[in-house]
Amino acid sequence: MSQGARDSGSLIFLVVLLAALGLSPTLAIHVYTHREVYGTVGSHVTLSCSFWSSEWISEDISITWHFQAEGSRDSTSIFHYAKGQPYIDDVGTFKERMEWVGNPYRKDGSIVIHNLDYTDNGTFTCDVKNPPDIVGKSSQVTLYVFEKVPTRYGVVLGSIIGGALLLVIVVVVLVYLIRYCWFRRQAALQRRLSTMEKGKLQRSAKDASKRSRQAPVLYAMLDHSRSTKAASEKKAKGVLGDSRKEKK
Amino acid sequence: MLLLLLGIIVLHVSVLVLLFVSTIVSQWLVGVGHTADLWQNCTTGSVFHCLTSSTNEWLQSVQAMMILSIIFSILSLFLFFCQLFTLTKGGRFYVTGIFQILAGLCVMSGAAIFTVRHTDWQQASADVSFGFAYILAWVAFPLALISGVIYVILRKRE
Repeated sequence: MSQGARDSGSLIFLVVLLAALGLSPTLAIHVYTHREVYGTVGSHVTLSCSFWSSEWISEDISITWHFQAEGSRDSTSIFHYAKGQPYIDDVGTFKERMEWVGNPYRKDGSIVIHNLDYTDNGTFTCDVKNPPDIVGKSSQVTLYVFEKVPTRYGVVLGSIIGGALLLVIVVVVLVYLIRYCWFRRQAALQRRLSTMEKGKLQRSAKDASKRSRQAPVLYAMLDHSRSTKAASEKKAKGVLGDSRKEKK
Repeated sequence: MLLLLLGIIVLHVSVLVLLFVSTIVSQWLVGVGHTADLWQNCTTGSVFHCLTSSTNEWLQSVQAMMILSIIFSILSLFLFFCQLFTLTKGGRFYVTGIFQILAGLCVMSGAAIFTVRHTDWQQASADVSFGFAYILAWVAFPLALISGVIYVILRKRE
């Protein structure tokens, strides 16, 4: 039973190994472009094309761009790069409007098309051959030329919702911060007031005791009718009352 | 007191339902054989077929306003329950009320933008009229505003 299980396990391993071995030679050249590109009339657009090859980039690498106009069945070659030399369309529709910006040694085969027109609507195909690595699909990018590029779906929607929520969050945080600071300030003020009051009380008490000692002369001068003790008490009360007024 | 509480919650939930229905249902514009809402244009003939609506900026802002109003209203309901248990006696439901009023304002601006700008993405024709989802959005606006004001006026008892 266990022997059979191990057998089937090793069989699966063998199959996987064989599949990997069988697959590895099919590592071919891969070409990547955008799916769609938008442009406005009169502006320029970059048709980027990058590729990945399992082989070293050879001297014989060639990059070709084809153009198939919208509604047309024919595909025309508009750009060719071979033996380190770019050949640009100089008779067709892209005459003097195309620029080579790529660098095959950086795996880049991009071109720029200037002065776009509605006739440029169509499919561009990027094809790269890196001998001996020549097996692989080419990649297509569709160019749409608009008078005005339409806003993408959800851009305005997302920005409005995001902006509003962000604003609400900022306002809430600000309100909390202000309230927090206010409370702290209030608490600090309260503390300072209470300590001040305490200090005053003590000082006034001291003053009162001091005065009660010196008082006889002073109060006798101010007020002859009252006894010195009563006067000193009154004085202490007055100080207290003042401090209360201050608090208010 | 309990009756009042129940009434407020029912009002709030009904506002939410109105907002959801008006946002989702494809009845903002109704014509012969086709309806349109914020998300898609449908033909309702022998074959029911829908296309996503245009990417017009104004339409997107209407969508954003409706979604924002739903978000604010849900947030307000949530905050109401939070405040119901945490608020001190005699306190007012300011935060809840503010969010509900915001939801009402969002619905209003969304519906107003739709009213003014719907010809930008929909060809104006004689047989097209506003559908019930549009009317529900307008109904939701005063209800949300009223419930928001009630929240602000209300004091917590017990």
